[in-house]
Amino acid sequence: MRLKDLFNFKRKTRPIKPSQEMISEQELSELWTQCPSCKTTIYTAELKNNLMICSKCEHHFRLSAYDRIEHLVDADTWEEINCSIKPSNPLKFVDLKKYEDSIEAAKKRSGSNEAIVTGVGKIDGFETAFGIMEFPFLGGSMGSVVGERIARLCELAIERKLPVIIISSSGGARMHEGLFSLLQMAKTSAILSKLRENKLLFLSVLADPTYGGVSASFAMLGDIIIAEPKAKIGFAGPRVIEETIRQKLPKDFQTSEYLLEHGQIDLVISRKKLKETVTQLIKLHSKTLYGNPTNELNGFADIISQPLVSSSV
Amino acid sequence: MSKKSNSSFVLDFEKPLITLLQEIDKLEQSSSKDERQEVKLSINGLKEQFFELRERIYSNLEPHQRLQIARHPERPYTLDFVKDLGTNWIELHGDRSGHDDGAIVGGLLELEPGLTVVVVGNEKGRGIKEKQRCNFGMPQPSGYKKALRLFKHAENFGLPIITLIDTPGAYPGLEAEANGQSGAIAVNIQEMTNLKVPVIAIITGEGGSGGALALAVANRVLMLEHAVYSVISPEGCAAILWRTREKSADAANALKITSNDLLNLKLIDEIIPEAQGGAHNNYSQTSANIKKSILSHLGILLKMSPEELKEEKMNKFRNYGAFSE
Ligand SMILES: [Zn+2]
Repeated sequence: MRLKDLFNFKRKTRPIKPSQEMISEQELSELWTQCPSCKTTIYTAELKNNLMICSKCEHHFRLSAYDRIEHLVDADTWEEINCSIKPSNPLKFVDLKKYEDSIEAAKKRSGSNEAIVTGVGKIDGFETAFGIMEFPFLGGSMGSVVGERIARLCELAIERKLPVIIISSSGGARMHEGLFSLLQMAKTSAILSKLRENKLLFLSVLADPTYGGVSASFAMLGDIIIAEPKAKIGFAGPRVIEETIRQKLPKDFQTSEYLLEHGQIDLVISRKKLKETVTQLIKLHSKTLYGNPTNELNGFADIISQPLVSSSV
Repeated sequence: MSKKSNSSFVLDFEKPLITLLQEIDKLEQSSSKDERQEVKLSINGLKEQFFELRERIYSNLEPHQRLQIARHPERPYTLDFVKDLGTNWIELHGDRSGHDDGAIVGGLLELEPGLTVVVVGNEKGRGIKEKQRCNFGMPQPSGYKKALRLFKHAENFGLPIITLIDTPGAYPGLEAEANGQSGAIAVNIQEMTNLKVPVIAIITGEGGSGGALALAVANRVLMLEHAVYSVISPEGCAAILWRTREKSADAANALKITSNDLLNLKLIDEIIPEAQGGAHNNYSQTSANIKKSILSHLGILLKMSPEELKEEKMNKFRNYGAFSE
């Protein structure tokens, strides 16, 4: 790979011009990346071409929201929605700096204007509503904007009868917005029950890390819950737990695999197989998703009664 | 010849068959370069004899012998059946509250193009490690909770449910009791009655008591030919009523556990024939029979409304009973 390829690296969908340049500069200074799992030094461009998966040990690095969209959504079908919903500072919150300044810094760092990017696009031809969380934006924390964007995404999905995929990566609720943040857990959960009433599929994908207010609300309410390998997923952070119970935690504690063994998720799927699996799941539910909505079971019977008579369709 | 003479597991009543198979093998090997017509004819004769004998043995089995077939270690289990029943199988895991029981597996299966069903069934596992993981097909309360979660998923998305039952029974253990084994079974039995999508239950091996019924409250209850379905294991029954487990063959007779007996008593709806010589002899042939039966019943059930499906199931189970007044 030549140096100029680094600049051209799949950024077409990224809408914010200034940060695009910024990221590229960063990339330039980070030609090599060390895998935290197997310690191999990897050419960063190669890592990016491999969906940020270590080719030696399959360690999944974090992937930005727009890179995920690029990978999951069929080319030229992506349409971002509600990007004009922006955070306010209802508590006039200040820590070491003003909340507004933290937001500005987060925009620059992440290349996104909030901790979730939402939109509609096709996945292997199936029109689908997507919400992709952006961890580098204030730790992917959920404030009012994340809650509102998820709510509007689900409302659009109900209106257009679309399945919903949300990829979570979040430290939890956003402290800067106080109780407003906490209540987004109730808001997102409520809208998901509407989605369920409308018999629309919600696939929840958990990426590293998914914690707190996000795991304890919409992320764990998927009709089917999928996690990326070795992602850390839990309610309370491991340090808090260790300090509380004064015990060493098991090595695989709060990993995807640990959660699978403890019955909390359906599947652990490599990022490379994610699109294929998600498409398969949407297809398997498509006859009722797109069947006759007024009498779904009879409509369903009509759809399949032909292959029952002659199983050649 | 489907049953290998060196099979790791031979039932007593299968021994004459194995002797015959060995004869055929020997003759075939010694005559591999022999083109003479007599040799070929005698091999064919022996093969014919084999099939006749197998047919004769398998159509005259005693209940305790059929129990042995139902428990045959090479009998196909849920994860074997799904490979032959359809495409696009995706196994889903977990009860969403702490456990992923190995004795009950479930997932999505495309039975026919465009027809997705939710399959939930018992898994006994192959090999000692897997068997332990599956707890020999004996579910914990979490297994029933996982099943219920998948039933609700099916109902929400209007997908028919197929259950494949092969369990010695719900696990009788300390932890199982502490976690509410009886409650978990009770809730499943009740919730299955209320389901508004087509439910077809198939007893494929052992239908062990309440642990089996917790997956068998269905619009259609079908049984594989050599499966058994019983309120208690013949061994357990013999130990209590005959005061010795030695009398389990008598108990197996008395309990009326075979598919023919239960069809005669009108407690099941249909018997699905197995491959000749039992399901363990030919998985795909047995699965093909199962699929044919599922599709014919679904063809009727899918024409019914959600309310009718629930009502039919309600009435079906309301009416079971034998009494005089
Ligand atoms: Zn590595």
